[in-house]
Amino acid sequence: MSETTTYKVIGTRPIRHDGLDKVTGRAIYGADVQLPGLVHGRILRSPYAHARIRGIDVSRALALPGVLAVATSDDFPDPGDRIAELGEGAINVKHLSSNCLARGKVLYHGHAVAAVAATSPHIAEEALKLIRVEYEPLPGVVDVLAAMQPGAPLLHDDLRTDELGKKADQPSNVAKHIQFKLGDPEAGFRQAAVVIEREFRTATVHQGYIEPHNATAQWNADGSVTIWCSTQGAFTVRAQVGELLRLPVSRIKVVPMEIGGGFGGKIRVYLEPVAVVLSRKAGRPVKIVMSRADVFQGTGPTPGSYIRVKMGADATGRLTAAQAYLAYEAGAFPGSPVGPGAMCIFACYDIPNVLIDGYDVVVNKPATSAYRAPGATNAAFAAETVVDEICERLGIDPLDFRLKNGAKEGTRRADGPVCPRIGMIETVEAAKRHPHYHTPLTGPNRGRGVASGFWFNCGLKSSATASINADGTVNLVEGSTDIGGTRTSVAMQLAEALGIRAEDVRPVVGDTESVGYTDVTGGSRVTFATGWAAYEAAQDLKRQLIDRAARIWQTTPDDVSYTDGVLQRRSRPEQRFTFKELAAKLHETGGTIVGRASVDPAGCGGAYATHIVDVEVDPETGKVTILRYTAVQDVGRAIHPSYVEGQIQGGTVQGIGWGLTEEYLYNDKGEMLNASFLDYRLPTSLDLPMIEPVMVEVPNPGHPYGVRGVGEVPIVPPPAALANAIYRAVGVRLRQLPMTPGRIVAALAAKSG
Amino acid sequence: MNDAQEHGRNGPGLSRRQFLKGSGMVAATTALVGPAAPAAEADAKAPVALGPGPVKIQLTVNGKKMTTAVEPRVTLLDALRNYLDVTGCKRVCDRGTCGACTVLLDGKPIYACTMLALEARGHDIKTAEALAADGRLDAVAAAFVKYDAQQCGFCTPGFVVALRGALDKNPKASPAEIEEALAGNICRCGTYEQMRHAIAELCGKEGKGA
Repeated sequence: MSETTTYKVIGTRPIRHDGLDKVTGRAIYGADVQLPGLVHGRILRSPYAHARIRGIDVSRALALPGVLAVATSDDFPDPGDRIAELGEGAINVKHLSSNCLARGKVLYHGHAVAAVAATSPHIAEEALKLIRVEYEPLPGVVDVLAAMQPGAPLLHDDLRTDELGKKADQPSNVAKHIQFKLGDPEAGFRQAAVVIEREFRTATVHQGYIEPHNATAQWNADGSVTIWCSTQGAFTVRAQVGELLRLPVSRIKVVPMEIGGGFGGKIRVYLEPVAVVLSRKAGRPVKIVMSRADVFQGTGPTPGSYIRVKMGADATGRLTAAQAYLAYEAGAFPGSPVGPGAMCIFACYDIPNVLIDGYDVVVNKPATSAYRAPGATNAAFAAETVVDEICERLGIDPLDFRLKNGAKEGTRRADGPVCPRIGMIETVEAAKRHPHYHTPLTGPNRGRGVASGFWFNCGLKSSATASINADGTVNLVEGSTDIGGTRTSVAMQLAEALGIRAEDVRPVVGDTESVGYTDVTGGSRVTFATGWAAYEAAQDLKRQLIDRAARIWQTTPDDVSYTDGVLQRRSRPEQRFTFKELAAKLHETGGTIVGRASVDPAGCGGAYATHIVDVEVDPETGKVTILRYTAVQDVGRAIHPSYVEGQIQGGTVQGIGWGLTEEYLYNDKGEMLNASFLDYRLPTSLDLPMIEPVMVEVPNPGHPYGVRGVGEVPIVPPPAALANAIYRAVGVRLRQLPMTPGRIVAALAAKSG
Repeated sequence: MNDAQEHGRNGPGLSRRQFLKGSGMVAATTALVGPAAPAAEADAKAPVALGPGPVKIQLTVNGKKMTTAVEPRVTLLDALRNYLDVTGCKRVCDRGTCGACTVLLDGKPIYACTMLALEARGHDIKTAEALAADGRLDAVAAAFVKYDAQQCGFCTPGFVVALRGALDKNPKASPAEIEEALAGNICRCGTYEQMRHAIAELCGKEGKGA
């Protein structure tokens, strides 16, 4: 921590550049977009979980006055059977296209079928009712294990299991089976004094971003298109729309508006290509905004899952072997995060013998999207609960157990990589030192639980451009949508490198024609990678400023130093410029200076967290009250500590919701029953205690300022920490999420009965 | 062009004949309910039939009188956002469960999505935009900025307005009472802790201990 004192900007807490506009309602989000001639689009959604589309008659909708266009999948180019490489991952174009507007079959309740553009939202809604879709209902399946059974209703006739790299002969709902193996698991279990094997279920949950998806598209006369939308990545929208509509990316301009939350769910396109098609047909710009029910039924959730975990430890508490079977619901199309789940499940530990099998399974639910550390929370719930049982059986303190077995530099993960410098052990040590862990927890039905979690983080590509203004400020254009303050944390790194104040940098998020290619705001990468781009842009500015000063002083660049925002001639130290002084002279000494950078850094460094929670359980009602919560995390280097704390607290809150209340409910027809914030219960202020974030700074050697991604890992430990606390409070192990009052009461009744 | 203009030009804009037919039905219903009432009295009590076509209305928003024409089914939220370009209040849940559309109606926080625009006539409506008017920043908005009580910022105007309403109602409110008053607002980014810092300062200044 003491190293932070060598920085002037990093580690401080300046006011965010966009703060006032957001607080006073002036920031412009996608739903606020207004254009001359703008008309309104709405989407017709499937009432069935699974049905063949026999035909769609749009004639009556088109005849309604005010309706300008109707679109179905026929208006999209034939996607063929293509896999498109988007630079940050491949997409199956047919699946993506069929998800935007159903092609031949509807695969989930709420699947988009057709779209209307009309002069008012009300007319568009009325027109939807006039579209006649002839459905042939088919039996569906919404449960992962049921979908894996032989004879289960098949979602895709052409989907054959990729079985460890080999295609199976018969169609199946299992899209993929992956496996990771390390050492000799059977031998490892033979060495164990204690072996625990348990089964777990987790529910489908939604990212729950407050702002519904929206997109406005304007088809231009020259065949180019402009899209304004709420997205985590303008360039990925551009790439996806280009693939779906077979347009060159240079003909698509995507303007990312302010974004009201994403958490992984605003990466895949839903509305953007539909708005483009409608605009082309209507000859007017078209805006589509989802309702909350649309958001629940048609977008994003994270997979429900079935997980079986077996772990063994010797009598000293050393883990000898671990095995996991993970089956994740991909939703309607292959692509669940079972891969990351399988890689994360034992990543907190140094275990010599490991076998992990993962299955990606399609079911009649919305196609799953990324959600904050995708796949890892499901996995940690299972593994961390089993670890807790082992600790109990051996009589070892759960934090001591983690100190003994925790992953550290040199540990090999089951999926191959050897850990670089990481902070798992440091988070456990900090948790152990924290007063929370030493404060006696008294009173009936109260218990304390701990759990750890891991997430990879990622680097990927980022660009930034910085121009010096004559008043001594810098305009910074970067390409990362700002969801939680990254504009400021990126600007602070530029300011630090230049030796100027954060307030003297004006950061803006550019559109796809104003900034170089930048990957999505995801993978906890923006402060790391886009911050690095800003750092490099600052180096570019510094080089040019040194050249300029040298020219003014009629000397060579190596005779000029640049320290803390001051340029000084080494041979004649009385010759000096502050940054501001030189900025004011640029116009008369050769013109302004623009710095630029594009980076694709490796070395992002994984993130680890260890959480402590105290709960009280009401045995009559099953209600869980959280009394105290401490979230310890290795944050590398906190650029803006408030934002890091905010990420830790925000991720924890979402993990608490996942653990206790959030769940998609389905009836036997596969219809979602609770597509509203009334029935899908997010935590509110009254549900939450003070969540104390504890930042452990183990600087990441792979970044100029030691930055490590922080946004995702805090969602990983909470469900397991809560489950372990509930056990210690009332003696029942909950192995199904969410741990609702009803399930707790049932578990208590089963125990006493 | 916004929805208001769209409605004016291309909206369902029922014909005069349809409109008369509609109002005639309302009158008939009234007559059925109170068949014994004298004709004159029935007329006096008869609800004024508005719509289904656009109705000209005037709303007082952030101290300004604003005029537009909306169909009776248009909510106050949609009128503010789509007809009057007052976009600080956000549409999030559609049905009164999240608080992002909170506005002050005569000083009282309400969900703008659960009130019709027509019902708001004659009332004083304040949105988040009013908290930074005439070059002055309201203390609640200032505290939210200072303590960074926001991440994505989408729910923030609703929280700020609800908090302003709670403090106006009880300037001596304790932080716990204020937090209770915010129970109808949801922040998915989970910035409740930062809001508590803002609330603590506001209660120190404006509430207990002031």
